[in-house]
Amino acid sequence: MRKIRVATVVLLGCLVALALLPLVAEKYYIQLFTKMMLMAIFAMSLDLLVGYTGLVSLGHAAFFGLAGYALAFAAPQYQAANLWLSLPLAMAGSAALALVIGALVLRTSGIYFIMVTLAFAQMVFFLFHDTKIAGGADGIYVYAKPVAAIAGWEPFSLENHTHFYFVVLLLLALVYALLRVLLASPFGRVIVGIRVNEQRMRSLGYRTFRYKLACFVLSGALAGMAGYFAAAQFGFVSPDTLGWHQSGGVLMMVILGGMGTLNGAILGAFTMMLLELGFQGLPAVGEVDIGKHWQLLMGGFIVCAVLLLPHGLLGLGRLVSPRPETGSD
Amino acid sequence: MTEAVLRTERLTKHFGGLAAVSDVSLGFFIDQIHAVIGPNGAGKTTLTNLVSGELASTSGHIYLDGEDITGLSADRISQRGVGRSYQKTNIFLPFTAFENCRLAAQSRLPSSMRFIRPALRYDNVSREALRALVEVGLEHRAQAPAATLSHGEQRQLEIAMTLATRPRILLLDEPLAGMGGEESARMVELLQKLKQAHAMLLVEHDMDAVFALADRLTVMVNGNVLESGTPEQIRASAAVQEAYLGTEDAHA
Repeated sequence: MRKIRVATVVLLGCLVALALLPLVAEKYYIQLFTKMMLMAIFAMSLDLLVGYTGLVSLGHAAFFGLAGYALAFAAPQYQAANLWLSLPLAMAGSAALALVIGALVLRTSGIYFIMVTLAFAQMVFFLFHDTKIAGGADGIYVYAKPVAAIAGWEPFSLENHTHFYFVVLLLLALVYALLRVLLASPFGRVIVGIRVNEQRMRSLGYRTFRYKLACFVLSGALAGMAGYFAAAQFGFVSPDTLGWHQSGGVLMMVILGGMGTLNGAILGAFTMMLLELGFQGLPAVGEVDIGKHWQLLMGGFIVCAVLLLPHGLLGLGRLVSPRPETGSD
Repeated sequence: MTEAVLRTERLTKHFGGLAAVSDVSLGFFIDQIHAVIGPNGAGKTTLTNLVSGELASTSGHIYLDGEDITGLSADRISQRGVGRSYQKTNIFLPFTAFENCRLAAQSRLPSSMRFIRPALRYDNVSREALRALVEVGLEHRAQAPAATLSHGEQRQLEIAMTLATRPRILLLDEPLAGMGGEESARMVELLQKLKQAHAMLLVEHDMDAVFALADRLTVMVNGNVLESGTPEQIRASAAVQEAYLGTEDAHA
């Protein structure tokens, strides 16, 4: 007899809830949840590196932001880009950047890896910030959302916020499923082996560099997918989307939710964005406008979470229903 | 005798001014346990690391089946059939015993850049992993996380992982370290069984085991080969008596 895991039920419940949300929610919330799901994809792509392969990158926003710029370039002036062309192009651009950066930074490890990923991402940041290629520090507008037309037929329109929502929900589910399949494959087992004991992997005959690089590129491409849609939704791209604030933020989402679980990355992304909103909405107490200083509260929350929940928010679930270490995850 | 599976030729490693291994020329053959002994710091582990490619030699050559493999990386040397175990247990502690061996066996796929089919559905890989576990007598612990195994079982698992890569030569760095009497006896039995199909470099401190197992003995002191020969020749050697056995007569 096969027991259905609690986690699976919770996961399916969340998926159904997300699918039903547009029926009851107003436009504002539909757009908010679209944004949260995009950040969840971004966080999952980073979790593949941080949580599974053991590569703590502090420059992941470079791949996220670059794809946004790719969309801006693909949609010159008021002309809409074609989704089916510009999305693969943007993801390929992010993947190519990840290939170049990865080939260099993966020669380092530990704290040095963190520093070099940060350094490379900042180089990309200043490339867009200090030159005129895309509006410099002011950023660039994406006036029209990409069109999903195939030979004149348009299955959905991203200009419609409900359509946009369902496209992103579908992508979230797809990326999640794809990563689950990937992690159960020989490749997935290798990257987890690298995190646990890279030296032993090498002495078993694995050329670990190749696997780390492949993982870095894939992760960059997925971050690019999130960045592309984030730019399309927001209608604007600025150097901030590639900056270290963005990299740090997504890393915190992964850590907050629980590393190396995918579920944690999604939970972390949702939690942080909802908290941000909640803190910002707090009323003023006397002279002090608490909402304006939401980052203080957020900082305090993260400190507490890290101190009390070493396995992230998902660790809470494990307190309630502990499960034995299976070893393979 | 047939040709050596592995041969070192004037293999030398300097760490700064220190010659950890100098001018070591040895041969390793199928069906022969070649034990390397010597006091701490004699260069035994360094020699193992040179052969496995984890350290680059300063000079000299290593030949595997007559082919020069000097300077190849550890993963390439492993792929060519050199398997090693470590003095300090070096396994994947969070994984099950089975997954440890499965990952080792999986390394023999032409490539692990396979992204779709679940790893557990590669039947040949799983079969090979199980075979290795059976060979060391650990199959009843297959689903136990490696971290929960006893020290002796972890040493067995280490050997099983090496076997799962189907090596032609085994480099075993103190496989008996920290084992109890009964566990040691089982390991000795296992090594005797394994030598039939493998060449073997055995670094070991347990002199009872060494003299029970070794077909050939090399004594190293300060990075040099002091003497190399049959166990009888080594026992009879005055130089060895003086440098090594004499001082540690009561076996370590």
